[in-house]
Amino acid sequence: MSEKSYTGLYFLLSVIAVYLIAGFFRPEIVVSSLQFSLKVMQNIAPVFVLVFTLMIVIDYFVSPKIISSYLGKSSGVKRWFIAITGGIISTGPIYMWYPMLRELKEQGVNYGFIAAFLYNRALKPPLIPVMLYYFGLKYVVVLTIVMIIMSIIQGVIIEKIEDGGFL
Amino acid sequence: MNEKLKMSMIKSGRAVYNALPVLAGVVLLVSLANALIPKSAYAVLFSKNVFLDSVIGSAVGSVLAGNPVTSYILGGELLKQGVSLIAVTSFIVAWVTVGVVQFPGESILLGRKFALLRNILSFAFSIIVGITTVFILGLI
Repeated sequence: MSEKSYTGLYFLLSVIAVYLIAGFFRPEIVVSSLQFSLKVMQNIAPVFVLVFTLMIVIDYFVSPKIISSYLGKSSGVKRWFIAITGGIISTGPIYMWYPMLRELKEQGVNYGFIAAFLYNRALKPPLIPVMLYYFGLKYVVVLTIVMIIMSIIQGVIIEKIEDGGFL
Repeated sequence: MNEKLKMSMIKSGRAVYNALPVLAGVVLLVSLANALIPKSAYAVLFSKNVFLDSVIGSAVGSVLAGNPVTSYILGGELLKQGVSLIAVTSFIVAWVTVGVVQFPGESILLGRKFALLRNILSFAFSIIVGITTVFILGLI
Protein backbone atom coordinates (compact mmCIF):
# COMPACT_ATOMS: atom_id res chain seq x y z
CA MET A 1 0.00 0.00 0.00
CA SER A 2 1.34 3.44 -0.97
CA GLU A 3 1.69 6.39 1.37
CA LYS A 4 -1.33 8.01 -0.33
CA SER A 5 -3.46 4.93 0.42
CA TYR A 6 -2.49 5.14 4.07
CA THR A 7 -3.61 8.80 4.09
CA GLY A 8 -7.12 7.66 3.11
CA LEU A 9 -7.10 5.04 5.82
CA TYR A 10 -5.92 7.55 8.44
CA PHE A 11 -8.71 9.88 7.31
CA LEU A 12 -11.34 7.14 7.77
CA LEU A 13 -9.90 6.28 11.19
CA SER A 14 -10.07 9.97 12.18
CA VAL A 15 -13.74 10.13 11.14
CA ILE A 16 -14.44 6.95 13.15
CA ALA A 17 -12.71 8.61 16.13
CA VAL A 18 -14.98 11.66 15.71
CA TYR A 19 -17.99 9.30 15.71
CA LEU A 20 -16.77 7.61 18.89
CA ILE A 21 -16.36 10.99 20.61
CA ALA A 22 -19.78 12.17 19.35
CA GLY A 23 -21.30 8.86 20.44
CA PHE A 24 -20.03 9.41 23.96
CA PHE A 25 -21.97 12.70 24.24
CA ARG A 26 -24.85 12.24 21.78
CA PRO A 27 -25.39 8.54 20.96
CA GLU A 28 -28.72 9.25 19.21
CA ILE A 29 -26.94 11.56 16.71
CA VAL A 30 -24.42 8.83 15.87
CA VAL A 31 -27.16 6.23 15.33
CA SER A 32 -29.12 8.54 12.99
CA SER A 33 -25.87 9.50 11.16
CA LEU A 34 -24.98 5.83 10.62
CA GLN A 35 -28.50 5.09 9.35
CA PHE A 36 -28.25 8.07 7.00
CA SER A 37 -24.79 6.93 5.83
CA LEU A 38 -26.14 3.47 5.05
CA LYS A 39 -28.95 5.01 2.99
CA VAL A 40 -26.45 7.23 1.13
CA MET A 41 -24.20 4.24 0.42
CA GLN A 42 -27.16 2.28 -0.99
CA ASN A 43 -28.09 5.25 -3.18
CA ILE A 44 -24.57 5.81 -4.51
CA ALA A 45 -23.82 2.15 -5.25
CA PRO A 46 -25.04 2.43 -8.89
CA VAL A 47 -22.97 5.62 -9.36
CA PHE A 48 -19.98 3.77 -7.97
CA VAL A 49 -20.40 1.06 -10.62
CA LEU A 50 -20.75 3.77 -13.30
CA VAL A 51 -17.58 5.56 -12.15
CA PHE A 52 -15.64 2.26 -12.01
CA THR A 53 -16.79 1.37 -15.53
CA LEU A 54 -15.85 4.83 -16.82
CA MET A 55 -12.40 4.49 -15.22
CA ILE A 56 -11.85 1.19 -17.06
CA VAL A 57 -13.05 2.75 -20.33
CA ILE A 58 -10.76 5.77 -19.86
CA ASP A 59 -7.76 3.59 -19.03
CA TYR A 60 -8.46 1.25 -21.96
CA PHE A 61 -9.30 3.73 -24.72
CA VAL A 62 -7.90 7.10 -23.68
CA SER A 63 -4.23 7.69 -24.29
CA PRO A 64 -2.22 10.77 -23.27
CA LYS A 65 -2.39 11.77 -26.97
CA ILE A 66 -6.20 11.73 -26.92
CA ILE A 67 -6.19 13.60 -23.60
CA SER A 68 -4.05 16.35 -25.03
CA SER A 69 -6.12 16.66 -28.22
CA TYR A 70 -9.53 16.68 -26.48
CA LEU A 71 -8.92 17.83 -22.90
CA GLY A 72 -5.55 19.57 -23.11
CA LYS A 73 -4.91 23.26 -23.68
CA SER A 74 -4.26 22.67 -27.37
CA SER A 75 -7.88 21.52 -27.80
CA GLY A 76 -9.08 25.11 -27.25
CA VAL A 77 -12.74 25.61 -26.35
CA LYS A 78 -13.45 21.90 -26.91
CA ARG A 79 -12.13 21.04 -23.43
CA TRP A 80 -14.44 23.54 -21.74
CA PHE A 81 -17.40 22.17 -23.66
CA ILE A 82 -16.51 18.63 -22.53
CA ALA A 83 -15.99 19.77 -18.90
CA ILE A 84 -19.36 21.58 -18.88
CA THR A 85 -21.28 18.70 -20.50
CA GLY A 86 -19.53 16.06 -18.38
CA GLY A 87 -20.17 18.01 -15.18
CA ILE A 88 -23.85 18.54 -15.99
CA ILE A 89 -24.66 14.95 -17.03
CA SER A 90 -22.67 13.22 -14.27
CA THR A 91 -24.92 11.92 -11.50
CA GLY A 92 -24.55 11.23 -7.77
CA PRO A 93 -22.60 13.08 -5.09
CA ILE A 94 -19.58 15.15 -6.12
CA TYR A 95 -17.08 13.05 -4.14
CA MET A 96 -17.94 9.91 -6.15
CA TRP A 97 -16.16 11.50 -9.11
CA TYR A 98 -12.88 12.26 -7.33
CA PRO A 99 -11.28 8.85 -8.15
CA MET A 100 -12.09 9.21 -11.87
CA LEU A 101 -10.83 12.80 -11.96
CA ARG A 102 -7.65 11.69 -10.21
CA GLU A 103 -7.21 9.05 -12.91
CA LEU A 104 -7.66 11.73 -15.59
CA LYS A 105 -5.17 13.98 -13.79
CA GLU A 106 -2.61 11.19 -13.81
CA GLN A 107 -3.21 10.81 -17.56
CA GLY A 108 -2.35 14.49 -18.09
CA VAL A 109 -5.58 16.47 -17.70
CA ASN A 110 -4.98 19.85 -16.07
CA TYR A 111 -6.61 21.12 -12.88
CA GLY A 112 -8.53 23.81 -14.80
CA PHE A 113 -10.57 21.14 -16.58
CA ILE A 114 -11.22 19.32 -13.28
CA ALA A 115 -12.35 22.55 -11.60
CA ALA A 116 -14.74 23.38 -14.48
CA PHE A 117 -16.13 19.81 -14.37
CA LEU A 118 -16.72 20.03 -10.61
CA TYR A 119 -18.32 23.49 -10.86
CA ASN A 120 -20.82 22.26 -13.43
CA ARG A 121 -21.82 19.40 -11.14
CA ALA A 122 -24.02 22.09 -9.61
CA LEU A 123 -26.25 22.09 -12.70
CA LYS A 124 -28.52 19.06 -12.67
CA PRO A 125 -31.28 18.84 -15.32
CA PRO A 126 -33.44 16.39 -13.26
CA LEU A 127 -33.57 18.96 -10.44
CA ILE A 128 -34.61 21.88 -12.65
CA PRO A 129 -38.39 21.34 -12.08
CA VAL A 130 -37.87 21.78 -8.32
CA MET A 131 -35.83 24.91 -8.90
CA LEU A 132 -38.48 26.23 -11.32
CA TYR A 133 -41.15 25.68 -8.68
CA TYR A 134 -39.28 27.79 -6.11
CA PHE A 135 -37.58 30.44 -8.26
CA GLY A 136 -39.21 30.61 -11.71
CA LEU A 137 -37.98 30.12 -15.29
CA LYS A 138 -36.17 33.46 -15.71
CA TYR A 139 -34.09 32.87 -12.59
CA VAL A 140 -33.17 29.30 -13.55
CA VAL A 141 -32.08 30.33 -17.08
CA VAL A 142 -29.99 33.30 -15.87
CA LEU A 143 -28.38 31.35 -13.00
CA THR A 144 -27.52 28.44 -15.31
CA ILE A 145 -25.85 30.72 -17.87
CA VAL A 146 -23.96 32.69 -15.19
CA MET A 147 -22.74 29.46 -13.56
CA ILE A 148 -21.51 27.99 -16.86
CA ILE A 149 -19.57 31.19 -17.58
CA MET A 150 -18.14 31.23 -14.04
CA SER A 151 -17.05 27.60 -14.38
CA ILE A 152 -14.93 28.51 -17.40
CA ILE A 153 -13.50 31.58 -15.63
CA GLN A 154 -12.60 29.40 -12.64
CA GLY A 155 -11.07 26.79 -14.94
CA VAL A 156 -8.96 29.41 -16.72
CA ILE A 157 -7.75 30.93 -13.43
CA ILE A 158 -6.76 27.53 -12.03
CA GLU A 159 -5.10 26.58 -15.32
CA LYS A 160 -3.01 29.78 -15.20
CA ILE A 161 -2.05 29.15 -11.57
CA GLU A 162 -1.07 25.57 -12.44
CA ASP A 163 0.97 26.80 -15.42
CA GLY A 164 2.77 29.13 -13.02
CA GLY A 165 3.86 26.07 -11.05
CA PHE A 166 1.84 26.87 -7.94
CA LEU A 167 -0.17 23.63 -7.86
CA MET B 1 -9.91 -11.73 -22.13
CA ASN B 2 -7.89 -9.06 -23.89
CA GLU B 3 -4.70 -8.49 -21.85
CA LYS B 4 -4.98 -4.68 -22.09
CA LEU B 5 -8.58 -4.76 -20.84
CA LYS B 6 -7.54 -7.00 -17.95
CA MET B 7 -4.79 -4.55 -17.01
CA SER B 8 -7.24 -1.62 -17.21
CA MET B 9 -9.66 -3.45 -14.91
CA ILE B 10 -6.92 -4.26 -12.39
CA LYS B 11 -5.58 -0.69 -12.45
CA SER B 12 -9.04 0.88 -12.07
CA GLY B 13 -9.99 -1.66 -9.41
CA ARG B 14 -6.87 -0.75 -7.44
CA ALA B 15 -7.62 3.00 -7.78
CA VAL B 16 -11.20 2.49 -6.56
CA TYR B 17 -10.01 0.25 -3.71
CA ASN B 18 -7.55 2.94 -2.60
CA ALA B 19 -10.27 5.60 -2.78
CA LEU B 20 -12.78 3.55 -0.75
CA PRO B 21 -11.65 4.63 2.76
CA VAL B 22 -11.74 8.29 1.63
CA LEU B 23 -15.23 7.98 0.13
CA ALA B 24 -16.53 6.10 3.19
CA GLY B 25 -15.03 8.81 5.44
CA VAL B 26 -16.69 11.59 3.41
CA VAL B 27 -20.09 9.85 3.49
CA LEU B 28 -19.82 9.44 7.29
CA LEU B 29 -18.73 13.08 7.74
CA VAL B 30 -21.53 14.45 5.54
CA SER B 31 -24.08 12.37 7.49
CA LEU B 32 -22.73 13.56 10.84
CA ALA B 33 -22.75 17.22 9.71
CA ASN B 34 -26.35 16.80 8.54
CA ALA B 35 -27.40 15.36 11.88
CA LEU B 36 -25.50 17.89 14.01
CA ILE B 37 -26.59 21.10 12.25
CA PRO B 38 -30.35 21.66 12.54
CA LYS B 39 -31.70 23.05 9.26
CA SER B 40 -34.30 25.15 11.07
CA ALA B 41 -31.55 27.29 12.60
CA TYR B 42 -30.28 28.84 9.36
CA ALA B 43 -32.69 31.74 9.07
CA VAL B 44 -31.52 33.38 12.31
CA LEU B 45 -28.01 33.73 10.86
CA PHE B 46 -29.09 36.27 8.25
CA SER B 47 -29.00 39.97 9.08
CA LYS B 48 -31.24 41.42 6.29
CA ASN B 49 -28.19 43.37 5.04
CA VAL B 50 -27.93 42.35 1.37
CA PHE B 51 -24.13 42.19 1.05
CA LEU B 52 -23.42 40.77 4.50
CA ASP B 53 -26.17 38.21 3.90
CA SER B 54 -24.60 37.08 0.63
CA VAL B 55 -21.36 36.33 2.52
CA ILE B 56 -23.36 34.59 5.28
CA GLY B 57 -25.33 32.67 2.61
CA SER B 58 -22.11 31.49 0.98
CA ALA B 59 -20.58 30.55 4.32
CA VAL B 60 -23.64 28.56 5.43
CA GLY B 61 -23.92 26.89 2.01
CA SER B 62 -20.21 25.97 2.12
CA VAL B 63 -20.48 24.19 5.46
CA LEU B 64 -23.66 22.31 4.64
CA ALA B 65 -23.74 19.32 2.35
CA GLY B 66 -26.34 17.12 0.78
CA ASN B 67 -28.72 16.92 -2.14
CA PRO B 68 -29.07 20.24 -4.02
CA VAL B 69 -32.88 19.87 -3.79
CA THR B 70 -32.57 20.50 -0.04
CA SER B 71 -30.79 23.80 -0.79
CA TYR B 72 -33.60 24.86 -3.17
CA ILE B 73 -36.25 24.12 -0.56
CA LEU B 74 -34.27 25.90 2.18
CA GLY B 75 -33.56 28.80 -0.22
CA GLY B 76 -37.27 29.11 -0.99
CA GLU B 77 -38.07 29.20 2.72
CA LEU B 78 -35.36 31.82 3.37
CA LEU B 79 -36.83 34.00 0.60
CA LYS B 80 -40.25 33.78 2.28
CA GLN B 81 -38.64 34.92 5.53
CA GLY B 82 -37.32 38.08 3.84
CA VAL B 83 -33.74 37.05 3.09
CA SER B 84 -32.55 38.72 -0.14
CA LEU B 85 -32.38 36.85 -3.45
CA ILE B 86 -28.64 37.64 -3.68
CA ALA B 87 -28.02 35.89 -0.36
CA VAL B 88 -30.25 32.94 -1.26
CA THR B 89 -28.51 32.54 -4.64
CA SER B 90 -25.07 32.67 -2.97
CA PHE B 91 -26.32 30.06 -0.51
CA ILE B 92 -27.60 27.69 -3.25
CA VAL B 93 -24.44 28.07 -5.35
CA ALA B 94 -22.06 27.58 -2.40
CA TRP B 95 -24.06 24.51 -1.28
CA VAL B 96 -23.09 22.67 -4.46
CA THR B 97 -19.74 24.22 -5.39
CA VAL B 98 -17.96 24.56 -2.03
CA GLY B 99 -17.43 21.50 0.14
CA VAL B 100 -16.02 22.10 3.60
CA VAL B 101 -17.15 18.65 4.75
CA GLN B 102 -15.86 16.96 1.58
CA PHE B 103 -12.59 18.93 1.68
CA PRO B 104 -10.49 16.18 3.32
CA GLY B 105 -11.59 13.69 0.65
CA GLU B 106 -11.00 16.13 -2.21
CA SER B 107 -7.65 17.03 -0.70
CA ILE B 108 -6.47 13.41 -0.44
CA LEU B 109 -7.63 12.36 -3.90
CA LEU B 110 -7.04 15.51 -5.97
CA GLY B 111 -4.33 17.35 -4.06
CA ARG B 112 -4.40 19.70 -1.07
CA LYS B 113 -3.37 22.88 -2.90
CA PHE B 114 -5.92 22.30 -5.66
CA ALA B 115 -8.74 21.52 -3.20
CA LEU B 116 -7.93 24.63 -1.17
CA LEU B 117 -7.71 26.91 -4.20
CA ARG B 118 -10.87 25.49 -5.81
CA ASN B 119 -12.93 25.86 -2.62
CA ILE B 120 -11.69 29.41 -1.93
CA LEU B 121 -12.42 30.45 -5.53
CA SER B 122 -15.83 28.74 -5.45
CA PHE B 123 -16.69 30.57 -2.23
CA ALA B 124 -15.82 33.95 -3.77
CA PHE B 125 -17.59 33.00 -7.01
CA SER B 126 -20.78 32.05 -5.18
CA ILE B 127 -21.08 35.67 -3.98
CA ILE B 128 -20.27 37.00 -7.46
CA VAL B 129 -22.81 34.61 -9.04
CA GLY B 130 -25.46 35.78 -6.53
CA ILE B 131 -24.85 39.46 -7.30
CA THR B 132 -24.55 38.96 -11.09
CA THR B 133 -27.66 36.78 -11.36
CA VAL B 134 -29.85 39.22 -9.45
CA PHE B 135 -28.36 42.19 -11.34
CA ILE B 136 -29.18 40.56 -14.72
CA LEU B 137 -32.66 39.61 -13.50
CA GLY B 138 -33.19 43.28 -12.67
CA LEU B 139 -32.29 44.24 -16.22
CA ILE B 140 -34.56 41.81 -18.08
